[in-house]
Amino acid sequence: MVTVDIPEDMELVYGYPESLTEADTHYCPGCTHGTIHRLLAEVLDELDVRARTIGIAPVGCSVLAYEYFNTDFAEAAHGRAPAMATGIKRVSPDKVVFTYQGDGDLAAIGTAEIVHAANRGELFTTIFVNNAIYGMTGGQMAPTTLPGQVTTSSPTGRDVALAGHPIRMAELIGGLPGSAYVTRQAVLDVPGIRRTKRAIKTAFRAQLEGVGFSMVEVLSTCNTNWGMSPQDALDWAKEHMVDYFPLGDTKVSEDVRALMER
Amino acid sequence: MAKEFLEGNEAFAEAAVRAGLEAFYGYPITPQSEALEHLSKRLPELGRAFLQAESEVAAINMVYGAACAGARVMTSSSSPGISLMQEGLSYIACSEVPAVLVNVMRGGPGLGNIQPSQGDYFQAVKMAGHGDFHMIVLAPANVQELIDDMVLAFDLAEKYRTITMVLADGAIGQMMEPAELPPMRPVRSPEERADWALTGADGRDPNTITSLYLGAESFEEVNLRLQKKLREIAASEVRWKEYDTEDADILLVAFGTVGRICQTVVREARDKGISVGLLRPITLWPFPSARIAELAEQVQGVLTVEMNAGQMVDDVRLAVDGRCSVKFYGRMGGVIPLADEILPELEKLATEGRGA
Repeated sequence: MVTVDIPEDMELVYGYPESLTEADTHYCPGCTHGTIHRLLAEVLDELDVRARTIGIAPVGCSVLAYEYFNTDFAEAAHGRAPAMATGIKRVSPDKVVFTYQGDGDLAAIGTAEIVHAANRGELFTTIFVNNAIYGMTGGQMAPTTLPGQVTTSSPTGRDVALAGHPIRMAELIGGLPGSAYVTRQAVLDVPGIRRTKRAIKTAFRAQLEGVGFSMVEVLSTCNTNWGMSPQDALDWAKEHMVDYFPLGDTKVSEDVRALMER
Repeated sequence: MAKEFLEGNEAFAEAAVRAGLEAFYGYPITPQSEALEHLSKRLPELGRAFLQAESEVAAINMVYGAACAGARVMTSSSSPGISLMQEGLSYIACSEVPAVLVNVMRGGPGLGNIQPSQGDYFQAVKMAGHGDFHMIVLAPANVQELIDDMVLAFDLAEKYRTITMVLADGAIGQMMEPAELPPMRPVRSPEERADWALTGADGRDPNTITSLYLGAESFEEVNLRLQKKLREIAASEVRWKEYDTEDADILLVAFGTVGRICQTVVREARDKGISVGLLRPITLWPFPSARIAELAEQVQGVLTVEMNAGQMVDDVRLAVDGRCSVKFYGRMGGVIPLADEILPELEKLATEGRGA
């Protein structure tokens, strides 16, 4: 950890959020997980809930998320974070509970758990990071891999006749009566990053108001497994992912709308 | 408290409530659904958590979550449902959080049937999930023991931060008999949760509960710690019951429903002049190996009777270690061995003599 004395005539305008640890990251250079972690930490700080927050990490690249958040944390089995979060929140209703999950975790192996948690209106928040690939296991096809996208397990490009179609989770979860706030955002440029933070804050406010399940899907990149430079990956995502996964809210309940207007 | 006429499944559910159960997450499956039904009424009326999950996979992970949060939590299921829970059991064991589950065993493999069975002995005792771990396994033989084992299960799970399974079967779950429920314990308040639990990092460093250790040597250390704990449990928590073993020439070993039937077999064999005793394990893990080894020095032979193809008999043979002969008699598919089938097996063993 680096500490710097701030001269008397200056003030600190940017530093670590209290909700982030200062651990060195294991994420690849150019990865957007770091951006999303920071946004989430800033929101926990701004809502002053860090000390009563419990996070659930997934299996995937963010499996070690608990190293980076300065909150209590559990590490779930692959796809089961929403079930763990349910178990925790039901016995600790005064805590703030969130899951942080990738596309393989949430949209393949854990589809049943996220659908039923959302449909029950569980009072936790899910951050769903969609980068259209399995990062940690080495770039295999994800449930959100785009048609024609080459991965290590779709070497000639995803053939939808063989492997099915990329799944639009924000639309699916937004269509369930138990969800209160579901949105898809992207951290591919600065305006998108700012909108993503606003969305994450709304999602946690919905949880604090107890109005239902909230999820923010975040379009993200994997420059390593896409075989691109970080900038090319951001450009590729903007060019191809946003078409298939349109940005915007898929569910804003009346309670959440009222909360957004406050 | 007075004895009441109680069904096994409802009885263990109510015993758990009285033992301070804070949350139940489960999925319906015959022959144990009455437990879930009872708790769906009882827990909400007491202001505690009940949830019917979308699957056994989800249920055990809800249990895992609530256990991480420091709540007294359980689930119950029957054989195929327990198979689905094995992923979660392995994570819970590695994370060292306390959890209790009941397996009201039915006939297997596959979908099998809904008749009583002991086909899940290996699963419960040897391999409850991937990796090196054991659960404490309690084997009740009647409704009263089922009730008593529930209370004990929570105490053991929390004492050792481990999983305790109560391994019953469809007969014990479904039968009604007079039994006495325990007094109501006060439920623990959220402020009383353990200091390792996930309660929010308020005025302390964050708590992390994980089963992920990427380094080989650091994970071997975790495994060594788990094994040390298991040895402590094995040294202090072995439980069994003996019937007429003092002068026995033949030893019966049986657990659960068929263990109860073997109490009748002992009486009938002694009426016929065969000197038989019974050892009925209460803990299947840890197994009463040392006591069986002692008795093997005394008797001519051992007959193990199970409602499966012969599973616990492997542990009996390991304990006996060649000191005398070990025979097996079992029925499968939900068939319960009766006393008049077991008796001829004993008679055969008695005439064969030591070392046959």
